[in-house]
Amino acid sequence: MEIIKFLESFTSDNLMAKTSSRRDVFGTFGELGKKAALAAIPFGLAVAPKKTFAFQDQNAAIGALQLALTLEYLEAEFYIKALESGVLPAGSDAEAIYEQISKHESAHVSFLIDGLGDNAVDSPTFDFTVGGTFDPFNENGTGQEVAYAQLLALAQAFEDTGVRAYKGQAGNLMGTPFLTPALQIHSVEARHASEIRRLRAHVMDMDLNQNALGWITMNNRGPGMPEATQAVYDGEENVTQGGVNLVNATEFTNVAVSQSYDEPMDGDTAATIAGLFIVS
Amino acid sequence: MKKIPVKVNLQESVNGKSNSRRQFLKVGSLAVVGTSLLLSCNNDDDNGMPDPDGVFDLGSGDLGILNYAYALEQLEAAFYTSVLDGSYWMSASAEEKLILEDLYKHEVIHREFFKAAITAAVNGDSSKVLPELEFDFSSVNFSDRGSVLGTAKVLEDTGVAAYNGAGTYITTPDYLVIAGKIVSVEARHAAAIRSIYMDDPKAFAGDDVVDANGLDLAKPPSEILSAVGATGFIKTEFTANQLPED
Repeated sequence: MEIIKFLESFTSDNLMAKTSSRRDVFGTFGELGKKAALAAIPFGLAVAPKKTFAFQDQNAAIGALQLALTLEYLEAEFYIKALESGVLPAGSDAEAIYEQISKHESAHVSFLIDGLGDNAVDSPTFDFTVGGTFDPFNENGTGQEVAYAQLLALAQAFEDTGVRAYKGQAGNLMGTPFLTPALQIHSVEARHASEIRRLRAHVMDMDLNQNALGWITMNNRGPGMPEATQAVYDGEENVTQGGVNLVNATEFTNVAVSQSYDEPMDGDTAATIAGLFIVS
Repeated sequence: MKKIPVKVNLQESVNGKSNSRRQFLKVGSLAVVGTSLLLSCNNDDDNGMPDPDGVFDLGSGDLGILNYAYALEQLEAAFYTSVLDGSYWMSASAEEKLILEDLYKHEVIHREFFKAAITAAVNGDSSKVLPELEFDFSSVNFSDRGSVLGTAKVLEDTGVAAYNGAGTYITTPDYLVIAGKIVSVEARHAAAIRSIYMDDPKAFAGDDVVDANGLDLAKPPSEILSAVGATGFIKTEFTANQLPED
């Protein structure tokens, strides 16, 4: 089964609407300087392929796992290329962290292929530069510093997307033997997301703040994240769970309450985000 | 000599499930297995009645799972409350201080959510809501970094394993999603604590908690409650005799 059949007529209205002005995006890069800002053209430029996610199979659980496999292909290839790129300082904690995450994402690919059997989708062809917008592997002369910043920003966006996407598929896996392993992958993605966030804060010498500790505050994508990654964070500001407004029910602010719960993301949104990096 | 205050019915085997998971992960058997799981879980006559000797039982079905989660969140919230009263936290580095303060807030918010949600689910019948538990953290030295962070690591990893292992017993989709919203935050906590406490840069998702398939811990309630009981942290007795099991 080809991924191209799996992803059809991509609708990226959400992300396309968020490309906004370059000036806003520059502002998000703060201390990293103009060099980084120039490279920080947002996701969702016109180079993005126009494809949409459509469940190939009537079985919601299989569709959920096919989406999961597609996201895992994306992550697995990203980390392998990151480690091969030479952008991560040799022998650094960052390299060790990427090695550990890479090991897990590749294992998730194998695990999901095994589980899906004949229903496994093939890996798409990815373009992590999004048509030359990014240069996370420093292949096009961006320079190590900017490439490193992009490598960290993309990792955070991918991990946070993974957490939200698995959560969004939980309902489709209810009552199936796939639910528990999916939950087990989901929490590993959350461990990754937490670590990448602190790593970014250290590498980019950010001030310690609510965005540098490992959790998502309101719908803040965090300092240094391109504005187009906002789609990954929209909705995270929710403070009402199961009908209970937890700001009203506790002594805490919406900052702490929003951090306490990660929100799900529907399959279309997850596929739209992944689709930005898919060539075919 | 600590007594184990949490009484758990440990008769069910917890070993068969993980061994056979790979076999179950065949799409061909999905519908059949899924159907039988759903049927076996539909029998939730939510009994959270106190037993004759006055010891609270968590109850059955989704109510039992919610009370179970409420117990774990009470434990975590009480622990971090004590951490913030201790001398280690007062003099900790800025990053460690902020992380622990956030964990305190998050766990109290989780605790208060379960209290409100369970109370609403049983129409205010407080006899079915786990009471406020009493805790004994005398075995933790809140002046000592290693004692605090080591305990936090165990509690967060346990929280992840508990939610991951309980998801399959939840029959109400909304509750499953809420459990998912919480477990990923527990996993973020676990990674943060491991990251600041352990020297190995890979410890945030170390090989001691993530297996060769890239899967995190998942443990059934019986195993979690047994482990929690063995810590001696929970003074108030309760039972878990009706929790769903395989």
